[in-house]
Amino acid sequence: MPDKDVAVIGVGQSAFVRGYPGGIRELCFEAYREAMQDAGIPSNEIKALIVCCAPEYDKQRSPSSLIDEYLGLNPAPTFMVESLCSSSTTGFAIAYSFIKSGLYDTVCVLGFQKMSEITSQDVQERMGRGADVMWESPYGTSMPAYYAMYAQAHFANFGTKSEDLALVRVKASTYGQLNEKAVYRKKVSFEQVMEAGLVSSPLKVMDCCANADGSSCVIMASADKAKEFSKKPVWVMGVGQSNAPMNLASREHMRGLECARIAGEKAYAMAGVGPQDIDVAEVHDCFTIAEILAYEALGFAKPGEGPRLIRDKETYLEGKIPVNVDGGLLSKGHPIGATGGSQLRTIVLQLRGEAGAIQVPNAEIGLVHNIGGVGIYGNVLILGR
Amino acid sequence: MGFEKFGRKSFTAITKVGEYVDKLESGEISTTRCPKCNKTYFPPRMDCPGCLSGSLEWVKVPDKGKLVSFTNVKYAPTGFEGDLPYLLAVVDFDGFRMFGRLSSSMQGTDIQVGMTVKPVVVNYDNGQIAHEFVAAE
Repeated sequence: MPDKDVAVIGVGQSAFVRGYPGGIRELCFEAYREAMQDAGIPSNEIKALIVCCAPEYDKQRSPSSLIDEYLGLNPAPTFMVESLCSSSTTGFAIAYSFIKSGLYDTVCVLGFQKMSEITSQDVQERMGRGADVMWESPYGTSMPAYYAMYAQAHFANFGTKSEDLALVRVKASTYGQLNEKAVYRKKVSFEQVMEAGLVSSPLKVMDCCANADGSSCVIMASADKAKEFSKKPVWVMGVGQSNAPMNLASREHMRGLECARIAGEKAYAMAGVGPQDIDVAEVHDCFTIAEILAYEALGFAKPGEGPRLIRDKETYLEGKIPVNVDGGLLSKGHPIGATGGSQLRTIVLQLRGEAGAIQVPNAEIGLVHNIGGVGIYGNVLILGR
Repeated sequence: MGFEKFGRKSFTAITKVGEYVDKLESGEISTTRCPKCNKTYFPPRMDCPGCLSGSLEWVKVPDKGKLVSFTNVKYAPTGFEGDLPYLLAVVDFDGFRMFGRLSSSMQGTDIQVGMTVKPVVVNYDNGQIAHEFVAAE
Protein backbone atom coordinates (compact mmCIF):
# COMPACT_ATOMS: atom_id res chain seq x y z
CA MET A 1 0.00 0.00 0.00
CA PRO A 2 1.30 3.46 -0.82
CA ASP A 3 2.58 5.82 1.82
CA LYS A 4 -0.23 8.34 1.89
CA ASP A 5 1.73 11.54 2.31
CA VAL A 6 1.74 13.29 -1.09
CA ALA A 7 -1.28 13.19 -3.41
CA VAL A 8 -2.44 14.38 -6.80
CA ILE A 9 -5.73 16.19 -6.25
CA GLY A 10 -6.31 17.76 -9.65
CA VAL A 11 -5.36 17.16 -13.28
CA GLY A 12 -5.97 19.11 -16.47
CA GLN A 13 -4.84 19.25 -20.06
CA SER A 14 -5.49 21.50 -23.03
CA ALA A 15 -6.33 19.90 -26.34
CA PHE A 16 -3.03 19.15 -28.10
CA VAL A 17 -3.22 20.90 -31.48
CA ARG A 18 -1.04 21.83 -34.45
CA GLY A 19 -1.52 25.59 -34.08
CA TYR A 20 -3.01 26.94 -30.85
CA PRO A 21 -4.95 30.15 -31.57
CA GLY A 22 -3.55 32.13 -28.65
CA GLY A 23 -0.42 33.00 -26.70
CA ILE A 24 1.48 30.85 -24.20
CA ARG A 25 -0.25 32.44 -21.19
CA GLU A 26 -3.65 31.55 -22.64
CA LEU A 27 -2.49 28.07 -23.59
CA CYS A 28 -1.35 27.49 -19.98
CA PHE A 29 -4.67 28.72 -18.62
CA GLU A 30 -6.53 25.96 -20.51
CA ALA A 31 -4.87 23.19 -18.50
CA TYR A 32 -4.88 25.23 -15.28
CA ARG A 33 -8.63 25.90 -15.49
CA GLU A 34 -9.40 22.19 -15.93
CA ALA A 35 -7.07 21.11 -13.11
CA MET A 36 -8.36 23.72 -10.65
CA GLN A 37 -11.98 22.84 -11.44
CA ASP A 38 -11.03 19.21 -10.94
CA ALA A 39 -9.34 19.93 -7.60
CA GLY A 40 -12.13 22.28 -6.53
CA ILE A 41 -9.84 24.58 -4.55
CA PRO A 42 -9.43 28.38 -4.53
CA SER A 43 -6.25 29.74 -6.11
CA ASN A 44 -4.95 31.11 -2.80
CA GLU A 45 -4.41 27.50 -1.71
CA ILE A 46 -1.62 27.12 -4.32
CA LYS A 47 1.61 27.83 -2.42
CA ALA A 48 4.07 27.42 -5.29
CA LEU A 49 3.97 27.16 -9.09
CA ILE A 50 6.48 25.05 -11.03
CA VAL A 51 6.47 25.86 -14.74
CA CYS A 52 7.92 23.15 -17.00
CA CYS A 53 9.02 23.79 -20.58
CA ALA A 54 11.99 23.78 -22.93
CA PRO A 55 13.40 27.11 -24.15
CA GLU A 56 13.68 28.56 -27.67
CA TYR A 57 10.24 27.66 -29.05
CA ASP A 58 8.68 31.01 -28.21
CA LYS A 59 10.24 34.38 -27.45
CA GLN A 60 9.29 34.69 -23.77
CA ARG A 61 12.25 34.50 -21.43
CA SER A 62 11.62 33.37 -17.86
CA PRO A 63 8.02 32.34 -18.64
CA SER A 64 7.28 31.19 -15.08
CA SER A 65 6.72 34.72 -13.81
CA LEU A 66 4.43 35.64 -16.68
CA ILE A 67 2.37 32.51 -16.08
CA ASP A 68 2.25 33.03 -12.28
CA GLU A 69 0.74 36.44 -13.01
CA TYR A 70 -1.72 35.24 -15.66
CA LEU A 71 -2.96 32.40 -13.47
CA GLY A 72 -3.48 34.89 -10.63
CA LEU A 73 -1.06 33.11 -8.32
CA ASN A 74 1.12 36.04 -7.14
CA PRO A 75 2.68 36.23 -4.61
CA ALA A 76 3.20 32.43 -4.72
CA PRO A 77 6.82 31.71 -5.68
CA THR A 78 7.53 30.25 -9.10
CA PHE A 79 10.41 29.07 -11.26
CA MET A 80 10.99 27.17 -14.47
CA VAL A 81 12.17 23.57 -14.75
CA GLU A 82 13.69 22.10 -17.87
CA SER A 83 14.69 18.54 -18.73
CA LEU A 84 13.69 18.60 -22.42
CA CYS A 85 10.73 16.28 -23.11
CA SER A 86 10.53 15.15 -19.46
CA SER A 87 10.28 18.65 -17.96
CA SER A 88 6.88 18.22 -16.34
CA THR A 89 7.70 14.96 -14.57
CA THR A 90 10.88 16.60 -13.29
CA GLY A 91 8.61 19.39 -12.01
CA PHE A 92 6.45 16.68 -10.42
CA ALA A 93 9.48 15.22 -8.58
CA ILE A 94 10.38 18.67 -7.24
CA ALA A 95 6.79 19.31 -6.16
CA TYR A 96 6.81 15.96 -4.37
CA SER A 97 9.90 16.94 -2.38
CA PHE A 98 8.50 20.40 -1.58
CA ILE A 99 5.38 18.83 -0.10
CA LYS A 100 7.19 15.96 1.59
CA SER A 101 9.57 18.42 3.27
CA GLY A 102 6.70 20.56 4.48
CA LEU A 103 7.97 23.67 2.72
CA TYR A 104 4.73 24.04 0.70
CA ASP A 105 1.55 22.03 1.22
CA THR A 106 -0.09 22.55 -2.19
CA VAL A 107 1.86 22.91 -5.43
CA CYS A 108 0.83 23.46 -9.05
CA VAL A 109 2.95 21.80 -11.77
CA LEU A 110 2.23 23.45 -15.11
CA GLY A 111 3.81 22.16 -18.33
CA PHE A 112 3.50 23.77 -21.73
CA GLN A 113 5.00 24.15 -25.19
CA LYS A 114 3.89 26.20 -28.17
CA MET A 115 5.95 24.59 -30.91
CA SER A 116 4.00 26.13 -33.79
CA GLU A 117 5.74 29.47 -33.25
CA ILE A 118 8.61 28.10 -35.39
CA THR A 119 8.84 25.84 -38.46
CA SER A 120 9.12 22.05 -38.28
CA GLN A 121 12.70 22.24 -39.59
CA ASP A 122 13.59 24.78 -36.91
CA VAL A 123 12.02 22.48 -34.32
CA GLN A 124 14.35 19.72 -35.51
CA GLU A 125 17.30 22.10 -35.25
CA ARG A 126 16.37 23.03 -31.64
CA MET A 127 15.93 19.36 -30.77
CA GLY A 128 19.20 18.46 -32.46
CA ARG A 129 20.82 20.91 -30.06
CA GLY A 130 19.20 19.04 -27.14
CA ALA A 131 22.32 16.88 -27.49
CA ASP A 132 26.08 17.56 -27.37
CA VAL A 133 26.16 20.89 -29.17
CA MET A 134 29.94 20.75 -29.61
CA TRP A 135 30.48 17.19 -30.86
CA GLU A 136 27.14 15.94 -32.23
CA SER A 137 24.97 18.82 -33.46
CA PRO A 138 27.62 19.94 -36.03
CA TYR A 139 26.83 16.77 -38.00
CA GLY A 140 23.14 17.67 -38.44
CA THR A 141 21.45 15.64 -35.69
CA SER A 142 17.76 15.48 -34.87
CA MET A 143 15.52 13.48 -32.52
CA PRO A 144 14.31 11.09 -35.27
CA ALA A 145 17.92 10.43 -36.31
CA TYR A 146 19.03 9.55 -32.78
CA TYR A 147 16.07 7.26 -32.08
CA ALA A 148 16.58 5.74 -35.54
CA MET A 149 20.06 4.69 -34.42
CA TYR A 150 18.55 3.00 -31.37
CA ALA A 151 16.08 1.25 -33.68
CA GLN A 152 18.87 0.12 -36.02
CA ALA A 153 20.85 -1.23 -33.06
CA HIS A 154 17.75 -3.09 -31.77
CA PHE A 155 17.21 -4.60 -35.23
CA ALA A 156 20.84 -5.76 -35.34
CA ASN A 157 21.04 -7.04 -31.76
CA PHE A 158 17.63 -8.67 -31.40
CA GLY A 159 16.16 -9.19 -34.89
CA THR A 160 13.43 -6.59 -34.38
CA LYS A 161 11.78 -5.50 -37.64
CA SER A 162 10.03 -2.45 -39.08
CA GLU A 163 6.83 -4.51 -38.92
CA ASP A 164 7.13 -4.65 -35.12
CA LEU A 165 7.44 -0.87 -34.95
CA ALA A 166 4.38 -0.49 -37.19
CA LEU A 167 2.31 -2.56 -34.75
CA VAL A 168 3.02 0.04 -32.05
CA ARG A 169 1.62 2.80 -34.25
CA VAL A 170 -1.44 0.74 -35.10
CA LYS A 171 -2.14 0.27 -31.38
CA ALA A 172 -1.62 3.98 -30.71
CA SER A 173 -4.12 4.93 -33.39
CA THR A 174 -6.65 2.43 -32.04
CA TYR A 175 -6.87 4.52 -28.88
CA GLY A 176 -5.95 7.91 -30.33
CA GLN A 177 -9.27 7.85 -32.17
CA LEU A 178 -11.03 7.90 -28.80
CA ASN A 179 -9.02 10.78 -27.32
CA GLU A 180 -10.70 14.08 -28.02
CA LYS A 181 -7.57 15.94 -26.89
CA ALA A 182 -5.27 14.13 -29.35
CA VAL A 183 -3.82 15.89 -32.38
CA TYR A 184 -4.05 12.75 -34.55
CA ARG A 185 -7.36 10.93 -34.32
CA LYS A 186 -7.47 8.89 -37.51
CA LYS A 187 -7.30 5.11 -37.51
CA VAL A 188 -4.02 4.03 -39.09
CA SER A 189 -3.60 0.69 -40.87
CA PHE A 190 -0.49 -1.48 -40.73
CA GLU A 191 -0.01 -0.97 -44.49
CA GLN A 192 -0.16 2.83 -44.13
CA VAL A 193 2.62 2.80 -41.55
CA MET A 194 4.77 0.44 -43.63
CA GLU A 195 4.30 2.39 -46.86
CA ALA A 196 5.07 5.85 -45.44
CA GLY A 197 8.31 7.53 -46.47
CA LEU A 198 11.53 7.39 -44.44
CA VAL A 199 12.42 10.22 -42.06
CA SER A 200 15.68 8.69 -40.87
CA SER A 201 16.18 4.99 -41.59
CA PRO A 202 14.64 2.76 -40.37
CA LEU A 203 12.06 5.19 -38.94
CA LYS A 204 9.24 6.21 -41.26
CA VAL A 205 6.87 9.16 -41.02
CA MET A 206 4.30 7.27 -38.95
CA ASP A 207 6.93 5.94 -36.56
CA CYS A 208 7.30 9.54 -35.35
CA CYS A 209 5.01 11.62 -33.13
CA ALA A 210 3.90 15.05 -34.23
CA ASN A 211 4.97 18.43 -32.88
CA ALA A 212 2.07 20.09 -31.09
CA ASP A 213 0.99 22.99 -28.95
CA GLY A 214 -0.35 22.05 -25.57
CA SER A 215 -0.40 22.45 -21.81
CA SER A 216 -0.88 20.17 -18.83
CA CYS A 217 -1.47 20.83 -15.15
CA VAL A 218 -1.14 18.68 -12.04
CA ILE A 219 -2.17 19.92 -8.58
CA MET A 220 -0.39 18.15 -5.71
CA ALA A 221 -1.04 18.34 -2.00
CA SER A 222 0.02 17.06 1.40
CA ALA A 223 -2.02 14.34 3.10
CA ASP A 224 -3.79 16.89 5.31
CA LYS A 225 -4.72 19.11 2.38
CA ALA A 226 -5.68 16.11 0.24
CA LYS A 227 -8.05 14.89 2.93
CA GLU A 228 -9.53 18.39 3.26
CA PHE A 229 -10.07 18.96 -0.47
CA SER A 230 -10.30 15.68 -2.32
CA LYS A 231 -12.72 12.79 -2.42
CA LYS A 232 -10.44 10.74 -4.66
CA PRO A 233 -6.79 11.57 -4.01
CA VAL A 234 -4.25 9.56 -5.99
CA TRP A 235 -1.08 8.91 -4.00
CA VAL A 236 2.54 9.13 -5.09
CA MET A 237 4.17 5.74 -4.45
CA GLY A 238 7.44 5.93 -6.32
CA VAL A 239 9.64 8.59 -7.91
CA GLY A 240 12.67 7.38 -9.87
CA GLN A 241 15.08 9.57 -11.82
CA SER A 242 18.33 8.99 -13.68
CA ASN A 243 20.53 10.64 -16.27
CA ALA A 244 22.63 9.13 -19.06
CA PRO A 245 25.54 10.77 -20.91
CA MET A 246 24.24 13.33 -23.39
CA ASN A 247 26.67 12.26 -26.12
CA LEU A 248 25.76 8.86 -27.58
CA ALA A 249 29.47 8.11 -27.85
CA SER A 250 29.80 8.28 -24.06
CA ARG A 251 27.18 5.57 -23.46
CA GLU A 252 28.23 1.99 -22.86
CA HIS A 253 25.69 0.40 -25.19
CA MET A 254 22.77 1.12 -27.50
CA ARG A 255 20.61 -1.89 -26.62
CA GLY A 256 18.23 0.27 -24.61
CA LEU A 257 17.94 3.41 -22.51
CA GLU A 258 19.84 3.08 -19.23
CA CYS A 259 18.31 6.25 -17.76
CA ALA A 260 14.87 4.64 -18.04
CA ARG A 261 15.97 1.29 -16.65
CA ILE A 262 17.63 2.87 -13.61
CA ALA A 263 14.77 5.31 -13.00
CA GLY A 264 12.37 2.36 -13.17
CA GLU A 265 14.39 0.35 -10.65
CA LYS A 266 14.40 3.30 -8.26
CA ALA A 267 10.68 3.93 -8.62
CA TYR A 268 9.81 0.25 -8.09
CA ALA A 269 12.08 0.09 -5.02
CA MET A 270 10.54 3.21 -3.48
CA ALA A 271 6.99 1.99 -4.18
CA GLY A 272 7.73 -1.55 -3.03
CA VAL A 273 6.19 -3.03 -6.18
CA GLY A 274 7.45 -4.69 -9.36
CA PRO A 275 6.50 -4.60 -13.04
CA GLN A 276 3.95 -7.39 -12.48
CA ASP A 277 2.03 -5.12 -10.10
CA ILE A 278 1.43 -2.32 -12.62
CA ASP A 279 -2.16 -2.25 -13.88
CA VAL A 280 -1.77 0.51 -16.48
CA ALA A 281 1.21 2.42 -17.87
CA GLU A 282 1.93 5.55 -19.86
CA VAL A 283 5.30 5.39 -21.62
CA HIS A 284 7.22 7.93 -23.68
CA ASP A 285 6.46 6.76 -27.25
CA CYS A 286 7.87 9.77 -29.09
CA PHE A 287 8.84 7.16 -31.69
CA THR A 288 7.52 3.60 -32.09
CA ILE A 289 10.91 2.15 -31.14
CA ALA A 290 10.81 4.16 -27.91
CA GLU A 291 7.73 2.25 -26.72
CA ILE A 292 9.47 -1.09 -27.32
CA LEU A 293 12.56 0.16 -25.46
CA ALA A 294 10.24 1.22 -22.61
CA TYR A 295 8.69 -2.27 -22.31
CA GLU A 296 12.19 -3.63 -21.77
CA ALA A 297 13.50 -0.85 -19.50
CA LEU A 298 10.49 -1.19 -17.20
CA GLY A 299 10.64 -4.98 -17.00
CA PHE A 300 7.36 -5.60 -18.85
CA ALA A 301 9.52 -7.66 -21.22
CA LYS A 302 13.04 -9.07 -21.01
CA PRO A 303 15.80 -7.21 -22.91
CA GLY A 304 15.29 -7.80 -26.62
CA GLU A 305 11.81 -9.29 -26.15
CA GLY A 306 9.79 -6.07 -26.29
CA PRO A 307 8.50 -6.78 -29.81
CA ARG A 308 6.83 -9.97 -28.56
CA LEU A 309 4.55 -7.93 -26.27
CA ILE A 310 3.14 -5.87 -29.12
CA ARG A 311 2.92 -8.87 -31.50
CA ASP A 312 0.84 -10.68 -28.85
CA LYS A 313 -1.23 -7.54 -28.18
CA GLU A 314 -0.31 -7.72 -24.49
CA THR A 315 -0.15 -3.92 -24.27
CA TYR A 316 -3.68 -3.41 -25.59
CA LEU A 317 -6.51 -2.62 -23.16
CA GLU A 318 -7.36 -6.33 -22.86
CA GLY A 319 -3.73 -7.43 -22.53
CA LYS A 320 -1.49 -8.27 -19.61
CA ILE A 321 -0.18 -4.71 -19.24
CA PRO A 322 -2.15 -1.97 -21.05
CA VAL A 323 0.27 0.73 -22.29
CA ASN A 324 -0.63 4.13 -23.74
CA VAL A 325 -4.32 3.41 -24.05
CA ASP A 326 -4.87 7.16 -24.42
CA GLY A 327 -3.13 6.99 -27.82
CA GLY A 328 0.31 7.89 -26.52
CA LEU A 329 2.50 10.66 -27.87
CA LEU A 330 2.13 9.07 -31.31
CA SER A 331 -1.54 10.09 -31.35
CA LYS A 332 -1.71 12.93 -28.85
CA GLY A 333 1.28 14.83 -30.22
CA HIS A 334 4.26 15.84 -28.13
CA PRO A 335 4.26 19.43 -26.84
CA ILE A 336 7.59 18.97 -25.03
CA GLY A 337 7.00 20.57 -21.63
CA ALA A 338 3.34 19.45 -21.43
CA THR A 339 3.84 15.77 -22.22
CA GLY A 340 4.67 14.31 -18.79
CA GLY A 341 1.71 16.10 -17.22
CA SER A 342 -0.59 14.67 -19.87
CA GLN A 343 0.69 11.16 -19.09
CA LEU A 344 0.09 11.80 -15.38
CA ARG A 345 -3.43 13.00 -16.10
CA THR A 346 -4.25 9.78 -17.94
CA ILE A 347 -2.95 7.63 -15.07
CA VAL A 348 -4.78 9.68 -12.43
CA LEU A 349 -8.08 9.34 -14.34
CA GLN A 350 -7.46 5.59 -14.68
CA LEU A 351 -6.84 5.19 -10.94
CA ARG A 352 -9.97 7.16 -10.13
CA GLY A 353 -12.02 4.99 -12.49
CA GLU A 354 -12.82 8.03 -14.64
CA ALA A 355 -11.07 7.06 -17.88
CA GLY A 356 -14.28 6.30 -19.81
CA ALA A 357 -13.90 4.17 -22.94
CA ILE A 358 -10.24 3.41 -22.19
CA GLN A 359 -10.76 2.48 -18.53
CA VAL A 360 -8.65 -0.47 -17.37
CA PRO A 361 -11.01 -2.35 -15.01
CA ASN A 362 -10.18 -1.88 -11.33
CA ALA A 363 -6.79 -0.20 -11.98
CA GLU A 364 -5.03 0.31 -8.63
CA ILE A 365 -1.42 1.04 -9.55
CA GLY A 366 -0.27 3.08 -12.54
CA LEU A 367 3.12 4.03 -13.96
CA VAL A 368 4.43 6.99 -15.94
CA HIS A 369 7.68 6.75 -17.97
CA ASN A 370 8.76 10.11 -19.38
CA ILE A 371 12.09 10.56 -21.17
CA GLY A 372 13.95 13.81 -21.89
CA GLY A 373 15.97 13.98 -25.10
CA VAL A 374 17.15 10.70 -26.58
CA GLY A 375 17.49 8.74 -23.36
CA ILE A 376 19.19 11.60 -21.54
CA TYR A 377 16.74 12.27 -18.69
CA GLY A 378 14.72 9.34 -17.32
CA ASN A 379 11.75 9.87 -15.00
CA VAL A 380 9.54 7.00 -13.81
CA LEU A 381 6.64 7.68 -11.44
CA ILE A 382 4.34 5.17 -9.75
CA LEU A 383 0.95 6.24 -8.45
CA GLY A 384 -1.68 4.35 -6.47
CA ARG A 385 -5.12 4.87 -5.03
CA MET B 1 39.25 30.11 -31.24
CA GLY B 2 39.32 27.65 -34.06
CA PHE B 3 36.54 25.28 -33.10
CA GLU B 4 34.04 27.15 -35.27
CA LYS B 5 35.59 25.19 -38.16
CA PHE B 6 34.51 21.81 -36.74
CA GLY B 7 31.70 19.90 -38.43
CA ARG B 8 29.28 20.90 -41.16
CA LYS B 9 28.15 23.80 -38.98
CA SER B 10 29.68 24.51 -35.58
CA PHE B 11 27.82 25.97 -32.61
CA THR B 12 30.97 26.49 -30.51
CA ALA B 13 34.08 28.62 -31.07
CA ILE B 14 36.19 28.48 -27.94
CA THR B 15 37.24 25.35 -26.07
CA LYS B 16 40.31 23.96 -24.34
CA VAL B 17 40.35 21.14 -26.90
CA GLY B 18 40.45 23.47 -29.91
CA GLU B 19 43.66 21.72 -30.89
CA TYR B 20 41.43 18.92 -32.21
CA VAL B 21 40.76 21.03 -35.31
CA ASP B 22 44.47 21.84 -35.81
CA LYS B 23 45.18 18.13 -35.68
CA LEU B 24 42.42 17.39 -38.21
CA GLU B 25 43.99 19.97 -40.52
CA SER B 26 47.28 18.08 -40.33
CA GLY B 27 45.42 14.85 -41.15
CA GLU B 28 45.37 13.44 -37.64
CA ILE B 29 42.30 12.16 -35.77
CA SER B 30 42.91 12.14 -32.07
CA THR B 31 41.33 12.29 -28.67
CA THR B 32 42.55 12.72 -25.11
CA ARG B 33 43.68 10.32 -22.41
CA CYS B 34 44.27 10.70 -18.69
CA PRO B 35 47.67 9.08 -18.03
CA LYS B 36 46.98 8.80 -14.29
CA CYS B 37 43.66 6.95 -14.71
CA ASN B 38 44.79 5.26 -17.94
CA LYS B 39 41.45 6.21 -19.46
CA THR B 40 40.81 7.45 -23.00
CA TYR B 41 37.91 9.85 -23.50
CA PHE B 42 35.81 10.81 -26.46
CA PRO B 43 34.76 13.56 -26.86
CA PRO B 44 38.26 14.84 -26.04
CA ARG B 45 38.47 16.84 -22.81
CA MET B 46 41.12 18.51 -20.72
CA ASP B 47 39.59 17.71 -17.32
CA CYS B 48 39.50 14.21 -15.87
CA PRO B 49 36.41 13.53 -13.68
CA GLY B 50 38.19 10.46 -12.25
CA CYS B 51 41.22 12.14 -10.63
CA LEU B 52 40.35 15.82 -11.24
CA SER B 53 43.55 16.29 -13.23
CA GLY B 54 43.65 19.16 -15.71
CA SER B 55 46.47 17.77 -17.82
CA LEU B 56 45.33 15.14 -20.28
CA GLU B 57 47.39 14.05 -23.29
CA TRP B 58 46.44 13.74 -26.94
CA VAL B 59 46.44 10.22 -28.39
CA LYS B 60 45.79 9.04 -31.92
CA VAL B 61 42.49 7.27 -32.62
CA PRO B 62 43.06 3.66 -33.86
CA ASP B 63 42.75 2.96 -37.59
CA LYS B 64 39.85 0.58 -37.18
CA GLY B 65 36.62 0.55 -35.23
CA LYS B 66 33.32 -1.32 -35.26
CA LEU B 67 30.02 0.23 -36.30
CA VAL B 68 27.65 0.27 -33.28
CA SER B 69 24.69 1.80 -35.13
CA PHE B 70 23.81 4.20 -37.93
CA THR B 71 20.95 5.96 -39.68
CA ASN B 72 20.39 7.41 -43.12
CA VAL B 73 18.94 10.88 -42.55
CA LYS B 74 16.27 11.95 -45.07
CA TYR B 75 14.86 14.97 -43.23
CA ALA B 76 17.38 17.55 -42.07
CA PRO B 77 17.26 20.23 -39.42
CA THR B 78 17.66 23.85 -40.53
CA GLY B 79 21.15 24.43 -41.93
CA PHE B 80 21.85 20.87 -43.07
CA GLU B 81 19.37 20.52 -45.97
CA GLY B 82 22.09 20.71 -48.60
CA ASP B 83 23.76 17.54 -47.34
CA LEU B 84 20.73 15.21 -47.63
CA PRO B 85 20.80 12.29 -47.51
CA TYR B 86 23.58 11.79 -44.97
CA LEU B 87 24.57 8.97 -42.64
CA LEU B 88 25.10 9.37 -38.88
CA ALA B 89 26.93 6.73 -36.86
CA VAL B 90 28.42 5.63 -33.55
CA VAL B 91 31.69 3.69 -33.80
CA ASP B 92 33.36 1.61 -31.09
CA PHE B 93 37.15 1.70 -30.67
CA ASP B 94 37.47 -0.81 -27.83
CA GLY B 95 37.65 1.52 -24.86
CA PHE B 96 35.86 4.56 -26.23
CA ARG B 97 33.29 5.43 -28.89
CA MET B 98 32.99 8.21 -31.44
CA PHE B 99 30.02 9.96 -32.99
CA GLY B 100 30.18 11.23 -36.57
CA ARG B 101 28.99 10.71 -40.12
CA LEU B 102 29.69 7.78 -42.38
CA SER B 103 31.28 8.91 -45.64
CA SER B 104 28.83 9.86 -48.40
CA SER B 105 30.64 7.27 -50.52
CA MET B 106 28.82 4.64 -48.43
CA GLN B 107 25.37 5.79 -49.58
CA GLY B 108 23.71 2.92 -51.41
CA THR B 109 26.17 0.32 -50.10
CA ASP B 110 25.34 -2.56 -47.77
CA ILE B 111 25.97 -1.03 -44.35
CA GLN B 112 25.86 -3.47 -41.42
CA VAL B 113 26.07 -2.96 -37.66
CA GLY B 114 29.33 -4.60 -36.55
CA MET B 115 31.23 -3.87 -39.77
CA THR B 116 34.76 -2.44 -39.58
CA VAL B 117 35.20 1.22 -40.40
CA LYS B 118 38.13 3.61 -40.27
CA PRO B 119 38.14 7.25 -39.24
CA VAL B 120 39.12 9.76 -41.93
CA VAL B 121 39.29 13.55 -42.22
CA VAL B 122 36.64 15.22 -44.38
CA ASN B 123 37.00 18.75 -45.77
CA TYR B 124 33.68 20.40 -46.64
CA ASP B 125 33.28 22.81 -49.54
CA ASN B 126 32.75 25.81 -47.23
CA GLY B 127 36.09 25.35 -45.43
CA GLN B 128 34.66 23.34 -42.53
CA ILE B 129 36.47 20.20 -41.39
CA ALA B 130 35.47 17.08 -39.43
CA HIS B 131 36.14 13.41 -38.84
CA GLU B 132 33.94 10.81 -40.50
CA PHE B 133 34.09 7.07 -41.05
CA VAL B 134 34.45 4.91 -44.12
CA ALA B 135 34.24 1.14 -44.66
CA ALA B 136 37.61 -0.55 -44.02
CA GLU B 137 39.21 -3.75 -45.41
